[in-house]
Amino acid sequence: MFKQARWDEPTIFEMGRPGSRGYTLPKLEKEIVEAVKNPEKIIPEKMRRKNAPKLPELSEVEVVRHFTRLSQMNYGVDSGLYPLGSCTMKYNPKVNEVLARHKGIAWIHPYQDESTVQGILEILYRLSRWLAEITGTKEVCLQPSAGAHGELLGTLIMRAYHKLNGELEERREIIVPDSAHGTNPASAAMAGFEVVVVPSDENGCVDIEALKSAVSRRTAGLMLTNPNTLGIFERNIEEIANIVHEAGGLLYYDGANLNAILGKVRPGDMGFDIVHVNIHKTFGTPHGGGGPGAGPVGVSEELEKFLPVPRIAFDGKRYYLDYNKPHSIGKIRSFYGNVAVLLKAYAYILSLGAEGLEEVAEISVLNANYIAKKLAKIRGFKLPFDEKTPRKHECVFSAKQLKNETGVQALNVAKRLLDYGLHAPTMYFPLIVEEALMIEPTESFEKEELDKFIEALKKISDEAYSQPKKVLNAPYNTSVGRVDEVRASHPRTMALSWRMYLKRKSQEET
Amino acid sequence: MARKKAHPYIPNSVREIKEKIMNEIGIKSIEELYSDIPEKFRLKGRLNLPEALSELELVKHVDKLLLRNKTCLDMPIFLGAGCWPHYVPAAVDYVIQRSELLTSYTPYQPEISQGMLQALFEYQSMICELTEMEVANCSMYDWASALGEAARMAVRTTRKNRILIPKIIHPERKATLQTYAEPAGIKIETIKYYRETGQLSLEDLKEKISEETAAVYIENPSYLGFIEAQVDEIAEITHEKNALFIVGIDPTSLGVLRPPGDYGADIVIGEGQPLGNPTNYGGPLLGIFACRDDMRLIRQMPGRIIGMTRTVDGSQRAFCMVLQTREQHIRREKATSNICSNEALCAVAAAVYMAMLGPEGFRELGKHIMYKANYAMKRLNEIEGVKCPVFDAVHFKEFTVNFDSSGKSVTEVHERLLEMGIHGGKDISKEFAELGQTALYCMTEIHSKSDIDRLVETLNQILEAK
Repeated sequence: MFKQARWDEPTIFEMGRPGSRGYTLPKLEKEIVEAVKNPEKIIPEKMRRKNAPKLPELSEVEVVRHFTRLSQMNYGVDSGLYPLGSCTMKYNPKVNEVLARHKGIAWIHPYQDESTVQGILEILYRLSRWLAEITGTKEVCLQPSAGAHGELLGTLIMRAYHKLNGELEERREIIVPDSAHGTNPASAAMAGFEVVVVPSDENGCVDIEALKSAVSRRTAGLMLTNPNTLGIFERNIEEIANIVHEAGGLLYYDGANLNAILGKVRPGDMGFDIVHVNIHKTFGTPHGGGGPGAGPVGVSEELEKFLPVPRIAFDGKRYYLDYNKPHSIGKIRSFYGNVAVLLKAYAYILSLGAEGLEEVAEISVLNANYIAKKLAKIRGFKLPFDEKTPRKHECVFSAKQLKNETGVQALNVAKRLLDYGLHAPTMYFPLIVEEALMIEPTESFEKEELDKFIEALKKISDEAYSQPKKVLNAPYNTSVGRVDEVRASHPRTMALSWRMYLKRKSQEET
Repeated sequence: MARKKAHPYIPNSVREIKEKIMNEIGIKSIEELYSDIPEKFRLKGRLNLPEALSELELVKHVDKLLLRNKTCLDMPIFLGAGCWPHYVPAAVDYVIQRSELLTSYTPYQPEISQGMLQALFEYQSMICELTEMEVANCSMYDWASALGEAARMAVRTTRKNRILIPKIIHPERKATLQTYAEPAGIKIETIKYYRETGQLSLEDLKEKISEETAAVYIENPSYLGFIEAQVDEIAEITHEKNALFIVGIDPTSLGVLRPPGDYGADIVIGEGQPLGNPTNYGGPLLGIFACRDDMRLIRQMPGRIIGMTRTVDGSQRAFCMVLQTREQHIRREKATSNICSNEALCAVAAAVYMAMLGPEGFRELGKHIMYKANYAMKRLNEIEGVKCPVFDAVHFKEFTVNFDSSGKSVTEVHERLLEMGIHGGKDISKEFAELGQTALYCMTEIHSKSDIDRLVETLNQILEAK
């Protein structure tokens, strides 16, 4: 039986005592002290800090114990199956963590003379070439910090492209399917575009007729993920690309679902002009509880000139940073990207090679179809859209029947799964499936772990039909029971920091 | 079909297991699962990538490449400018290697993710204590993108569209701001500085500010390292026009410097990398983003925010993500930002770092940095041909070094220094042509007195030589 640690751990502000410390600085030399006297006195009086920040005072021992206990109240890929659809929660190789802590990366500065950083520049340059090969694009920019950041860059490139062609004033719209990730419309809006949504057809794919009537001279581009969020390959991709290109738009590939097709089919070959990849999904770098990731963007030859500066270049002898790009959209962040994350992706690709990456795709698809097949037999769950169409990296189930017959919703199923020591799938997404449970097992879990998941869902279905209350009140075995999320977001009870919590509390008391 | 031997990262790559699963699905070959992909798009042959390496070969290969880099452990490097080398205590790195934190996703299921949620809440809370703000999000990508988001947030909140920024600003932050602002139709104007002191020209600010101004932005310490001391005046001028006051900070200064919450800041941004994160050739970084306790502002915040609440049955304290209706996965094109993955684990590192330092540690760190920087400035200014700093102002950890009267360019000096095993500061002679041949130097606790003395002696030699 799974039982997550339950420590009743206080917040760090409720721990410690005056005088305790967890860190000491090196001693200052006498000559420095004599030369400078008291630095605080140098600061203009009105700019000095009068009251010390109310930070906790703790020994190193207590800090380490506190965060160790917190870690024990958390669940990661190393704990067990983490089938969050579209998030590709795969294994994060341990050797890559060791490599990313090498002093040759941890302790180098982004403004160092190029002659002193040839090693890292070579790694980044080669990685960008490999990603271009994998995605079938011409040039890759490694700078975006995350997938959504890559999407922002992609939509900004669309903007720059249409502007250069003198059509930006007219081309105001970006089209996204109704099954798209939420970041797609949000990124399009950030780049100043209006969002036009096209519906999916009865196969769960882009409705071609609807797309035809959606495109016009106002179309800047289409954002698409393929395979889509149902795990279904958009087989009409050629027609989709033609429709968008003929209308004068650009085709953007959301790389969240790239894992399924590594070495099988490349976005660039399918007609995509701009492609982002999620390093923290497809290339096995840890998600870290929400980052840091990396979201490199590949583009066709025509769009290369718009990529952010600097470009990492190689003249046959040395690697260098090229800022001479007059059409560049400029900067989307400081420096050159999340380099420590990118190094892990470099190592990941080298650990697998072309054959290994293809096997990643194959096994991730095999696992997803295995789950799809097995779950379709469980009472209350339905695999919407054609059951015969093979799924790719993920499958989406609907718990609508279960809800109608027992009152148990997708949310309750998800919470109850936690009790079995498994992470829940993505819930209520894509929006086109009612009571959706979106399951992506990845290639990283053995058949026994997948069977455990299937078995757990079977039991939950039985429970829902025999004793629904048990499922409705789940979870029981996690560090805390069901969290009151409404209270958390209510202006009167909201506590977004310890300081705010104390303020609200004192207001309540008076 | 792919490899014959099982791969260590792919448990089901064992042939018998594959066959077993294929049987269950009712297929003879995995290729059948790809049968719906149009043949013309299928990749013919394999990807052109290097052959796979074993773990040992990989380690040797990467080690060899990385050893080609010269690090600040091999030679003194006096670079800062938005990414600063600070010592990272071993305990910080230990915590972020705890795999339950490292290998988890965004805590969408709060019941099984309390550890990450509480750690991020504590990060937010400690940032609030340092800055004296009430609300912080759990991270942005970096300071530069946080500035872009802050400008957009100010425009949404005030429904005005002009942003005023100082002339002395990191050029990459300015460029990023322009990228974020342009599609939203935001106009950016630059405020001059006093040539003698580097301080923001209040006359120019008063001339340029208007009822159309959404926000005034300053950095403290400034990009060129000096402390902006007219903060109360700037806040007053800003608020008189109903504009928001945005302040960018280096958190290592806040043990000794007055916190922006104390001088009227509405939004505080900054770079959290120096809090327990190595320089890593410039990334990942950690964008700080905080604001006042004002629902008008909070509702417009970008990014993930963690709140403290309790369980539905009221029996336990608990944490979860809050105000998700601002975010892309709910609000889609109407979201306050598209940000999804952020820099959560860097924020956890910062939380551990802040907890280890505590109030006294931050004060000591701030003083220590000022000792080093001010000692270095004093010694450098004694060199014939050097003016250091350029501005008559108090500096924190970075400062300008001007070589005009030596007749040598920053490039020449830099190349000579590098030959002698020292990496000088950042050349800013193109960014700020009006300051002549000037470089930006940085001192932190990692620079020893002997590093600084060696720099001074070497510069003396270089500048003496005709």
